[in-house]
Amino acid sequence: MATTALPQTGTYSRAWLYDWLTTTDHKKIGIMYITSSFIFFLVGGVLALGIRTQLWVPHNTFLDPTLYNQVFTMHGTTMIFFFVMPMLAGFGNYAMPLMIGAADMAFPRINALAFWIIPFSGILLFSGFLLGGAANAGWTSYAPLSEAKYSGVGQDLWIMSILLNGVSSILGAINFLVTIFKLRAPGMTLLRMPIFVWTVLVTAVLLLFAVPVLASALVMLFIDRNYGGSFFDPASGGDAILWQNVFWFFGHPEVYIMILPAFGIISETTPVFSHKPIFGYKAFVLATIAIGVMSFGVWAHHMFATGAVYLPFFSLTTFLIGVPTGVKMFNWTFTMVRGKIQFTTAMLFTVAFLMSFLIGGLDGVFAAATPVDFAITDTYFIVSHIHYVLFGGSATAIMAGIYYWFPKMFGRKLDERIGKVHFVLWFVGTQMTFFSMHLLGLAGMPRRIEDYAPTAWEPLNQLETIGAFVIALSMAVFLWNVFVSARSGEIAEDDPWDANTLEWATTSPPPPHNFDSLPEIHSERPLFDLKHGGAHGGPPLPALAGDGGGAA
Amino acid sequence: MTAQTEHLAAGGHGAPAHGPQIHGHAQEGTNTALMGMLLFIGSEVMFFSGLFAAYFTVKGMNDVWPPQGFAEHIEPFPLPAILTAVLIISSFTMQWAVSAIRRGDRQGMVRGLSVTMVLGILFLIGQLYDYSTLGFGINSGIYGSLFFTMTGFHGAHVFGGVLGIFVVTSRGASGQFSAKHHVAVEAVSAYWHFVDIVWIVLFTTLYFLR
Repeated sequence: MATTALPQTGTYSRAWLYDWLTTTDHKKIGIMYITSSFIFFLVGGVLALGIRTQLWVPHNTFLDPTLYNQVFTMHGTTMIFFFVMPMLAGFGNYAMPLMIGAADMAFPRINALAFWIIPFSGILLFSGFLLGGAANAGWTSYAPLSEAKYSGVGQDLWIMSILLNGVSSILGAINFLVTIFKLRAPGMTLLRMPIFVWTVLVTAVLLLFAVPVLASALVMLFIDRNYGGSFFDPASGGDAILWQNVFWFFGHPEVYIMILPAFGIISETTPVFSHKPIFGYKAFVLATIAIGVMSFGVWAHHMFATGAVYLPFFSLTTFLIGVPTGVKMFNWTFTMVRGKIQFTTAMLFTVAFLMSFLIGGLDGVFAAATPVDFAITDTYFIVSHIHYVLFGGSATAIMAGIYYWFPKMFGRKLDERIGKVHFVLWFVGTQMTFFSMHLLGLAGMPRRIEDYAPTAWEPLNQLETIGAFVIALSMAVFLWNVFVSARSGEIAEDDPWDANTLEWATTSPPPPHNFDSLPEIHSERPLFDLKHGGAHGGPPLPALAGDGGGAA
Repeated sequence: MTAQTEHLAAGGHGAPAHGPQIHGHAQEGTNTALMGMLLFIGSEVMFFSGLFAAYFTVKGMNDVWPPQGFAEHIEPFPLPAILTAVLIISSFTMQWAVSAIRRGDRQGMVRGLSVTMVLGILFLIGQLYDYSTLGFGINSGIYGSLFFTMTGFHGAHVFGGVLGIFVVTSRGASGQFSAKHHVAVEAVSAYWHFVDIVWIVLFTTLYFLR
């Protein structure tokens, strides 16, 4: 255990708080990212429960239409910009420098700045509720709905908040890239980096090139709303479709920004709990790069129904981007084949991820066919697709990541029995809530409405609402688990999972400078090599020499 | 940029705790801070690309461009052309400053930076004057929105560059920077050249690609 010298009892609590508020340590910043994102996850979840409660019965009056619009807009915005993105940035912050054997990020103070922007821009976003109504044009804020004529001050707060959030993303992306390019330990060549680091790398490139385009769209919208601009106003020469083009040029890479690091987490847990190396490391890396490149060429599949885009091209690229994603499914599946699979809670979430993401991914390929898209666009089918990939996908992978890295972060394991209760509730709730949305969508129920006719849609909606509350219950179980385990959980060794990568070669939690010594790096599994002898043509290595692995 | 295994071979198993491999600050390749700046410039390119995309989208929708009533205000000569020359010259004076400090000539660097800063301020004053004589504003339809947003954001970037030059100039004047240690100057210079290039593209687009 790395215990830093404790200050005297009297000054301890103030020093502790001051230490966290002013820290530039990537591990503490990572934990703060994760904590802040988790709080936003709960807030966004409460908003989701509001939506589901309103849809419990037809003609419900729980939320009036104006408020309902605000609630679903804020739900989407919160979950995307304040939960999934910063949560994955948090894992990147915590684990990536450890995995490449670095002492910290390349720019520690910029790292702290990038984090602290997030909670404050979130407060800015939510202040709309107190200032005459939050944003209500959906997380995509399509013009002209988001123009001054139809949306109030909440929309301006939304623009400013997302701009600030974007600044944080760009600063974070630069920091990740420079860290990966400059601070890798000797021997850690690009093709020996853990898959998680590769996904962080590609994600950072996507952020760097996609988020500024969103910023330009936001700036144009802000000028339209406040300075009499006419970018998105056809009446004075502008173009409403322009918003959709610029927004989705960001928005589709954004989809991969939110899933690639989740792929990375799954690519760490799958080999560790299958006790096998990842199947097809290089294919995985190439598929990741291919997704990154292709993600800039598919944005208009969000706009098929506008009739303003060239359908064959964007339909084809959308089908094609399913190929590298499919490659990854095979990587994970064949990693498990003939493995000694150990169903820890983290592995259960991993398998749940594979199942949900497969469904969500196939929904996406399904919708790539333009005639199908015309039929299902703006229905609950799309809501189902996005929740299968984002909730069944990213959020489930995030849970796997929390169970996997919690022992490293806090030196104690999360309780496995409570964890399994959490998992079962989470998985059942997810399928209950989101599967029937497929059926509602095919039946034609439009998304973003606060009411529906008393039809066969009613029982399905009620099933979804119950599912949403089951998910909420699973989160209560999870919070209980964190509360119990943080105080009296099983003490974690340095390497409790018999893992492969460098973060497990140091103490749990690691000292501020991360490593006292590093094992030699001859493959993408340096810790495995250290414990079990060399691999991939590397020389056989001496067994534990008291400086890595199990040494506490 | 590949980390070198030879270090390890020398250091052997359980290499020293505070060796270069722990902190990993590789000496070879692009400087860490400069790489950060170059990546930041990459993101800036994408920001301006978004605005240019909007410009060309709208231009493509119109048969007459600039729209009626604007063409006569958009004259490249004399003022915009002079301002373009000012900015291009400032890139050369910036490079003069950079090569001076690479030789270790701090005084030459401060001189070069000061001239660059003055040219940058001249550009901004000229642009503000140009704005005041144009006869249309950001709210005069789509052309006004595009013109002022694009040139305005470029101007803001020039202003940011001037601030950056001011910081490195005063640091240089107080005796900082040497032939070996002057990454801040290199970074500000890279940013300044970027701002200059954006202007050249913007000038060509607005005044010549009709």
